[in-house]
Amino acid sequence: MSEITVANLADLPVGTELFSATVSLERLSMVKYAGASGDFNPIHWNERFAKAVGLPNVIVHGMLTMGVAASAVEEFLGDPGRVVDFGVRFTRPIPVEDPGAVEVTTVGKLGALDAAAGTARIDLTVKALDVTVLGKAQAVVRL
Amino acid sequence: MPVNADYVGRVFTGTSPYEVSRVKIAEFATAVHAHHPAHTDPEAAQALGYPDVIAPVTFAVVVAQRAEAEYITDPEASIDFSRVVHADERFTHHRPIHAGDVLSTAVHVDGVTERGGISMVSTRAEITDADGAPVATVRSTLAVRGE
Repeated sequence: MSEITVANLADLPVGTELFSATVSLERLSMVKYAGASGDFNPIHWNERFAKAVGLPNVIVHGMLTMGVAASAVEEFLGDPGRVVDFGVRFTRPIPVEDPGAVEVTTVGKLGALDAAAGTARIDLTVKALDVTVLGKAQAVVRL
Repeated sequence: MPVNADYVGRVFTGTSPYEVSRVKIAEFATAVHAHHPAHTDPEAAQALGYPDVIAPVTFAVVVAQRAEAEYITDPEASIDFSRVVHADERFTHHRPIHAGDVLSTAVHVDGVTERGGISMVSTRAEITDADGAPVATVRSTLAVRGE
């Protein structure tokens, strides 16, 4: 079987696994994302505050998890500009201990092909700590 | 106090335009582990046909959330941000965002619904470039827990 790339996506059966990517997140990851995004909600970096509002610990920004998943799609496509639509539901928070790190794994499968539109839908399964953390994670990409 | 449902249909356009820089794109790309050179190397972006480095897929949230603040922080909207959880997010890209873009955002309040003591607040940020052409649509739902 030839290598799976965006170039032969249209010839693959729906359901084919396209890629799997894992990144490791730690407290520093949330501090960096807070600065890069402007989202300084203390539940993402202040353990005292997070526990006071009933969380098990500080949690990863949902948008950081979504961003990491998007990066896995970009990497596969070889052109970040080919992603025309990307949506998720935030289903489970990811707590991060200190010291500690959490691995977030994104697996992409071919969800659907739309030959007329020249697009494909990639369905993502995003897991951390053995649970699925994003629901209905789907990217529509230009072929 | 519940989230004010009278705001449904309102449009917020009071946020000043956002000027996209190469530095901010690179910083955001590092934070989300987006390692494609088109985010940091203008020549790599131009080789793909873009005028300058392009933003990662979810970068538009920076532009959208900055504009959504005009609605969220409006006292009469009655959104207690300490009770907010992000429920869902969706990006539709009409074209990639690139360095040098000057982006304006109109935030539409599409829905405020109650479900078992939780208010679901749906917004749609329509992002346009300096010529008024559509760049991205960012849909977001916040879940606001009741007292």
